[in-house]
Amino acid sequence: MSAVFFFIAAIGAISGALGVVMLRNPFYAVLALAGHLVSLAGLFLLLRAEFVAFAQVIVYAGAVMVLYVFVVAYVGGGEALPSGAVLRVLGPLFGLALAIVLSIAMLGSSLKGIQGKGAAYTLGFGTPRHIGTLLLTKYLFPFEGASILLLVAAVGAVVLARRRRGLEEPGDLERPEAPRIRAISPGYIGSMAEGAGVRLPPRHEPVESEFGPVGAPGQPDGGGW
Amino acid sequence: MAIGWYLVVSAIIFCIGAGGVLARRNPLVVLLCLELMLNGANLALIAFARMWGGESGQVFALIVMVVAASEVTVGLGLIVAIFRRRLPIDVDELSELHG
Repeated sequence: MSAVFFFIAAIGAISGALGVVMLRNPFYAVLALAGHLVSLAGLFLLLRAEFVAFAQVIVYAGAVMVLYVFVVAYVGGGEALPSGAVLRVLGPLFGLALAIVLSIAMLGSSLKGIQGKGAAYTLGFGTPRHIGTLLLTKYLFPFEGASILLLVAAVGAVVLARRRRGLEEPGDLERPEAPRIRAISPGYIGSMAEGAGVRLPPRHEPVESEFGPVGAPGQPDGGGW
Repeated sequence: MAIGWYLVVSAIIFCIGAGGVLARRNPLVVLLCLELMLNGANLALIAFARMWGGESGQVFALIVMVVAASEVTVGLGLIVAIFRRRLPIDVDELSELHG
Protein backbone atom coordinates (compact mmCIF):
# COMPACT_ATOMS: atom_id res chain seq x y z
CA MET A 1 0.00 0.00 0.00
CA SER A 2 2.81 2.40 0.85
CA ALA A 3 4.34 1.64 -2.55
CA VAL A 4 1.20 2.95 -4.27
CA PHE A 5 1.30 6.14 -2.24
CA PHE A 6 5.03 6.47 -2.85
CA PHE A 7 4.62 6.30 -6.62
CA ILE A 8 1.67 8.71 -6.61
CA ALA A 9 3.61 11.25 -4.53
CA ALA A 10 6.88 10.74 -6.43
CA ILE A 11 5.23 11.17 -9.82
CA GLY A 12 3.45 14.26 -8.52
CA ALA A 13 6.69 15.73 -7.18
CA ILE A 14 8.70 15.04 -10.33
CA SER A 15 5.99 16.29 -12.70
CA GLY A 16 5.60 19.41 -10.56
CA ALA A 17 9.34 20.00 -10.78
CA LEU A 18 9.26 19.53 -14.55
CA GLY A 19 6.34 21.96 -14.72
CA VAL A 20 8.33 24.60 -12.83
CA VAL A 21 11.17 24.33 -15.31
CA MET A 22 9.16 23.99 -18.51
CA LEU A 23 6.10 26.20 -18.13
CA ARG A 24 6.62 29.53 -19.87
CA ASN A 25 4.29 31.59 -17.72
CA PRO A 26 5.84 32.27 -14.27
CA PHE A 27 2.41 32.19 -12.67
CA TYR A 28 1.83 28.60 -13.78
CA ALA A 29 5.37 27.77 -12.67
CA VAL A 30 4.52 28.98 -9.16
CA LEU A 31 1.36 26.87 -9.15
CA ALA A 32 3.36 23.84 -10.31
CA LEU A 33 5.80 24.43 -7.46
CA ALA A 34 2.91 24.48 -4.98
CA GLY A 35 1.75 21.10 -6.30
CA HIS A 36 5.31 19.81 -6.12
CA LEU A 37 5.61 20.91 -2.49
CA VAL A 38 2.37 19.20 -1.49
CA SER A 39 3.47 15.95 -3.16
CA LEU A 40 6.82 16.24 -1.40
CA ALA A 41 4.99 16.61 1.91
CA GLY A 42 3.32 13.29 1.10
CA LEU A 43 6.76 11.73 0.64
CA PHE A 44 7.83 13.20 3.99
CA LEU A 45 4.79 11.61 5.62
CA LEU A 46 5.75 8.25 4.14
CA LEU A 47 9.18 8.72 5.72
CA ARG A 48 7.52 9.34 9.11
CA ALA A 49 8.55 12.99 9.22
CA GLU A 50 5.17 14.25 10.32
CA PHE A 51 6.20 17.60 11.74
CA VAL A 52 8.37 18.47 8.75
CA ALA A 53 5.57 17.48 6.37
CA PHE A 54 3.07 19.78 8.03
CA ALA A 55 5.60 22.60 8.30
CA GLN A 56 6.23 22.10 4.59
CA VAL A 57 2.55 22.43 3.72
CA ILE A 58 1.88 25.38 6.04
CA VAL A 59 5.08 27.38 5.63
CA TYR A 60 6.08 26.52 2.10
CA ALA A 61 2.94 25.73 0.17
CA GLY A 62 1.05 28.29 2.23
CA ALA A 63 3.11 31.34 3.12
CA VAL A 64 6.04 31.28 0.69
CA MET A 65 3.84 30.49 -2.29
CA VAL A 66 1.51 33.38 -1.41
CA LEU A 67 4.58 35.65 -1.43
CA TYR A 68 5.53 34.32 -4.86
CA VAL A 69 2.03 34.78 -6.22
CA PHE A 70 1.95 38.37 -4.94
CA VAL A 71 5.28 39.21 -6.57
CA VAL A 72 4.31 37.54 -9.86
CA ALA A 73 1.06 39.52 -9.86
CA TYR A 74 2.97 42.73 -9.04
CA VAL A 75 5.73 42.27 -11.57
CA GLY A 76 3.28 41.00 -14.14
CA GLY A 77 5.03 37.76 -14.93
CA GLY A 78 6.85 39.40 -17.79
CA GLU A 79 6.79 38.19 -21.34
CA ALA A 80 7.99 34.66 -21.72
CA LEU A 81 11.72 35.00 -22.19
CA PRO A 82 13.35 32.55 -24.52
CA SER A 83 16.47 31.21 -22.91
CA GLY A 84 19.82 31.88 -24.47
CA ALA A 85 20.79 29.62 -27.35
CA VAL A 86 23.80 28.13 -25.61
CA LEU A 87 22.30 27.64 -22.19
CA ARG A 88 19.06 26.23 -23.57
CA VAL A 89 21.06 23.21 -24.69
CA LEU A 90 23.71 23.23 -22.00
CA GLY A 91 21.36 23.58 -19.01
CA PRO A 92 19.37 20.36 -19.51
CA LEU A 93 22.57 18.58 -20.57
CA PHE A 94 24.22 19.62 -17.33
CA GLY A 95 21.19 18.43 -15.37
CA LEU A 96 21.27 15.09 -17.16
CA ALA A 97 25.01 14.67 -16.54
CA LEU A 98 24.50 15.52 -12.87
CA ALA A 99 21.68 12.95 -12.66
CA ILE A 100 23.92 10.27 -14.18
CA VAL A 101 26.77 11.06 -11.80
CA LEU A 102 24.43 11.00 -8.81
CA SER A 103 22.89 7.70 -9.90
CA ILE A 104 26.32 6.12 -10.30
CA ALA A 105 27.30 7.40 -6.88
CA MET A 106 24.14 6.01 -5.32
CA LEU A 107 24.14 2.65 -7.09
CA GLY A 108 27.81 2.15 -6.31
CA SER A 109 27.45 3.16 -2.71
CA SER A 110 28.22 0.48 -0.17
CA LEU A 111 25.61 1.77 2.26
CA LYS A 112 23.61 -1.28 3.26
CA GLY A 113 20.76 0.78 4.64
CA ILE A 114 19.76 2.08 1.22
CA GLN A 115 18.28 -1.29 0.28
CA GLY A 116 16.37 -1.55 3.53
CA LYS A 117 13.23 0.19 4.68
CA GLY A 118 15.00 2.13 7.37
CA ALA A 119 15.51 1.69 11.05
CA ALA A 120 12.88 0.15 13.26
CA TYR A 121 10.07 2.58 13.97
CA THR A 122 10.11 3.94 17.48
CA LEU A 123 7.00 5.46 18.94
CA GLY A 124 6.86 9.21 18.51
CA PHE A 125 9.48 9.39 15.73
CA GLY A 126 9.18 12.70 13.93
CA THR A 127 6.44 14.13 16.11
CA PRO A 128 6.56 17.79 17.18
CA ARG A 129 7.46 16.69 20.70
CA HIS A 130 10.66 14.98 19.63
CA ILE A 131 11.64 17.64 17.10
CA GLY A 132 10.99 20.42 19.59
CA THR A 133 13.05 18.71 22.27
CA LEU A 134 15.93 18.33 19.83
CA LEU A 135 15.63 21.95 18.69
CA LEU A 136 15.75 23.30 22.21
CA THR A 137 18.46 21.03 23.58
CA LYS A 138 20.91 19.53 21.12
CA TYR A 139 20.39 21.98 18.26
CA LEU A 140 19.76 25.15 20.25
CA PHE A 141 22.56 27.07 18.57
CA PRO A 142 21.45 26.34 14.96
CA PHE A 143 17.90 27.15 16.05
CA GLU A 144 18.91 30.58 17.36
CA GLY A 145 21.09 31.14 14.32
CA ALA A 146 18.10 30.37 12.10
CA SER A 147 15.96 32.90 13.93
CA ILE A 148 18.64 35.58 13.56
CA LEU A 149 18.88 34.71 9.88
CA LEU A 150 15.13 35.14 9.48
CA LEU A 151 15.27 38.51 11.25
CA VAL A 152 18.12 39.70 9.02
CA ALA A 153 16.24 38.53 5.92
CA ALA A 154 13.07 40.34 6.97
CA VAL A 155 14.93 43.60 7.63
CA GLY A 156 16.87 43.19 4.38
CA ALA A 157 13.71 42.65 2.37
CA VAL A 158 12.16 45.81 3.82
CA VAL A 159 15.30 47.81 3.04
CA LEU A 160 15.51 46.41 -0.48
CA ALA A 161 11.90 46.85 -1.47
CA ARG A 162 11.05 50.18 0.14
CA ARG A 163 10.51 53.23 -2.02
CA ARG A 164 13.42 55.61 -1.75
CA ARG A 165 14.95 58.60 -3.47
CA GLY A 166 17.58 58.15 -6.11
CA LEU A 167 16.41 54.82 -7.37
CA GLU A 168 13.67 56.06 -9.64
CA GLU A 169 14.22 57.27 -13.14
CA PRO A 170 15.30 60.94 -13.36
CA GLY A 171 11.85 61.89 -14.64
CA ASP A 172 10.26 60.65 -11.49
CA LEU A 173 12.30 62.92 -9.26
CA GLU A 174 10.52 66.05 -10.45
CA ARG A 175 7.19 64.56 -9.59
CA PRO A 176 5.49 66.86 -7.12
CA GLU A 177 5.26 65.57 -3.66
CA ALA A 178 1.89 64.14 -2.88
CA PRO A 179 0.00 66.36 -0.47
CA ARG A 180 0.39 65.08 3.03
CA ILE A 181 -2.80 64.22 4.71
CA ARG A 182 -2.50 65.51 8.22
CA ALA A 183 -4.95 63.90 10.47
CA ILE A 184 -6.40 66.02 13.20
CA SER A 185 -4.90 64.53 16.30
CA PRO A 186 -5.97 65.24 19.84
CA GLY A 187 -3.56 67.05 22.06
CA TYR A 188 -2.60 64.03 24.02
CA ILE A 189 -1.82 61.15 21.72
CA GLY A 190 -0.04 58.86 24.09
CA SER A 191 3.42 59.12 22.57
CA MET A 192 6.66 58.41 24.42
CA ALA A 193 7.60 62.10 24.68
CA GLU A 194 4.34 62.81 26.41
CA GLY A 195 4.97 59.90 28.66
CA ALA A 196 8.28 61.56 29.60
CA GLY A 197 6.46 64.71 30.59
CA VAL A 198 6.60 66.79 27.40
CA ARG A 199 3.11 67.95 26.51
CA LEU A 200 2.78 68.51 22.79
CA PRO A 201 0.55 71.21 21.36
CA PRO A 202 -2.32 70.06 19.19
CA ARG A 203 -1.53 69.83 15.52
CA HIS A 204 -4.43 71.82 14.16
CA GLU A 205 -7.12 72.73 16.52
CA PRO A 206 -7.48 71.79 20.12
CA VAL A 207 -10.03 69.15 20.68
CA GLU A 208 -12.59 70.05 23.23
CA SER A 209 -12.80 67.22 25.62
CA GLU A 210 -14.69 67.12 28.82
CA PHE A 211 -11.53 68.23 30.57
CA GLY A 212 -11.31 71.30 28.39
CA PRO A 213 -8.81 71.92 25.61
CA VAL A 214 -5.71 69.78 26.03
CA GLY A 215 -2.25 71.02 25.22
CA ALA A 216 -1.05 74.59 25.21
CA PRO A 217 -1.15 76.29 21.80
CA GLY A 218 1.83 78.25 20.66
CA GLN A 219 4.57 75.86 21.70
CA PRO A 220 6.80 74.48 18.95
CA ASP A 221 5.90 71.11 17.63
CA GLY A 222 8.26 68.68 19.24
CA GLY A 223 7.52 65.74 17.01
CA GLY A 224 5.55 62.68 17.73
CA TRP A 225 8.19 60.72 19.57
CA MET B 1 9.63 1.26 -0.11
CA ALA B 2 13.39 1.03 0.14
CA ILE B 3 15.25 4.18 1.09
CA GLY B 4 17.11 4.12 -2.23
CA TRP B 5 13.90 4.99 -4.09
CA TYR B 6 13.52 8.18 -2.10
CA LEU B 7 17.15 9.06 -2.82
CA VAL B 8 16.55 8.52 -6.55
CA VAL B 9 13.55 10.87 -6.45
CA SER B 10 15.54 13.49 -4.55
CA ALA B 11 18.40 13.26 -7.06
CA ILE B 12 15.96 13.69 -9.97
CA ILE B 13 14.34 16.74 -8.34
CA PHE B 14 17.76 18.26 -7.62
CA CYS B 15 18.92 17.77 -11.21
CA ILE B 16 15.72 19.22 -12.66
CA GLY B 17 16.26 22.27 -10.47
CA ALA B 18 19.91 22.61 -11.46
CA GLY B 19 19.06 22.39 -15.15
CA GLY B 20 16.31 24.97 -14.68
CA VAL B 21 18.60 27.44 -12.91
CA LEU B 22 20.94 27.29 -15.89
CA ALA B 23 18.34 27.33 -18.65
CA ARG B 24 15.76 29.89 -17.52
CA ARG B 25 16.29 33.64 -17.72
CA ASN B 26 13.45 35.01 -15.61
CA PRO B 27 14.87 35.58 -12.10
CA LEU B 28 11.54 34.56 -10.57
CA VAL B 29 11.75 31.16 -12.22
CA VAL B 30 15.44 30.90 -11.26
CA LEU B 31 14.37 31.36 -7.63
CA LEU B 32 11.71 28.69 -8.07
CA CYS B 33 14.33 26.29 -9.45
CA LEU B 34 16.59 27.04 -6.47
CA GLU B 35 13.65 26.01 -4.28
CA LEU B 36 13.51 22.74 -6.20
CA MET B 37 17.18 22.06 -5.50
CA LEU B 38 16.76 22.79 -1.78
CA ASN B 39 13.72 20.52 -1.65
CA GLY B 40 15.63 17.70 -3.29
CA ALA B 41 18.28 18.05 -0.59
CA ASN B 42 15.54 18.11 2.04
CA LEU B 43 14.08 14.85 0.78
CA ALA B 44 17.52 13.20 0.92
CA LEU B 45 18.06 14.49 4.48
CA ILE B 46 14.73 13.09 5.64
CA ALA B 47 15.30 9.79 3.87
CA PHE B 48 18.63 9.41 5.67
CA ALA B 49 16.99 10.37 8.96
CA ARG B 50 14.54 7.48 8.39
CA MET B 51 17.38 5.17 7.44
CA TRP B 52 19.34 5.79 10.65
CA GLY B 53 16.32 6.16 12.88
CA GLY B 54 17.44 9.54 14.21
CA GLU B 55 15.65 12.83 13.99
CA SER B 56 18.69 15.03 13.39
CA GLY B 57 18.12 14.93 9.64
CA GLN B 58 14.61 16.29 10.13
CA VAL B 59 15.99 19.16 12.21
CA PHE B 60 18.46 19.89 9.42
CA ALA B 61 15.58 19.85 6.93
CA LEU B 62 13.74 22.42 9.04
CA ILE B 63 16.84 24.64 9.09
CA VAL B 64 17.09 24.28 5.30
CA MET B 65 13.48 25.44 5.05
CA VAL B 66 14.37 28.52 7.13
CA VAL B 67 17.30 29.28 4.85
CA ALA B 68 15.06 28.84 1.80
CA ALA B 69 12.47 31.22 3.24
CA SER B 70 15.16 33.85 3.90
CA GLU B 71 16.51 33.43 0.38
CA VAL B 72 13.03 33.86 -1.08
CA THR B 73 12.42 36.99 0.98
CA VAL B 74 15.62 38.71 -0.10
CA GLY B 75 15.34 37.47 -3.69
CA LEU B 76 11.79 38.68 -4.12
CA GLY B 77 12.76 42.02 -2.53
CA LEU B 78 15.52 42.32 -5.14
CA ILE B 79 13.07 41.51 -7.94
CA VAL B 80 10.64 44.16 -6.68
CA ALA B 81 13.50 46.69 -6.52
CA ILE B 82 14.54 45.78 -10.09
CA PHE B 83 10.94 46.20 -11.22
CA ARG B 84 10.71 49.62 -9.52
CA ARG B 85 13.75 50.82 -11.45
CA ARG B 86 12.11 49.61 -14.66
CA LEU B 87 15.13 47.49 -15.49
CA PRO B 88 14.58 44.41 -17.63
CA ILE B 89 13.62 41.39 -15.54
CA ASP B 90 16.13 39.13 -17.19
CA VAL B 91 19.22 37.62 -15.59
CA ASP B 92 21.21 38.00 -18.80
CA GLU B 93 20.58 41.74 -19.04
CA LEU B 94 21.39 42.46 -15.40
CA SER B 95 25.15 42.23 -15.76
CA GLU B 96 26.41 45.42 -14.11
CA LEU B 97 28.45 43.43 -11.60
CA HIS B 98 29.89 41.31 -14.38
CA GLY B 99 33.25 43.06 -14.27
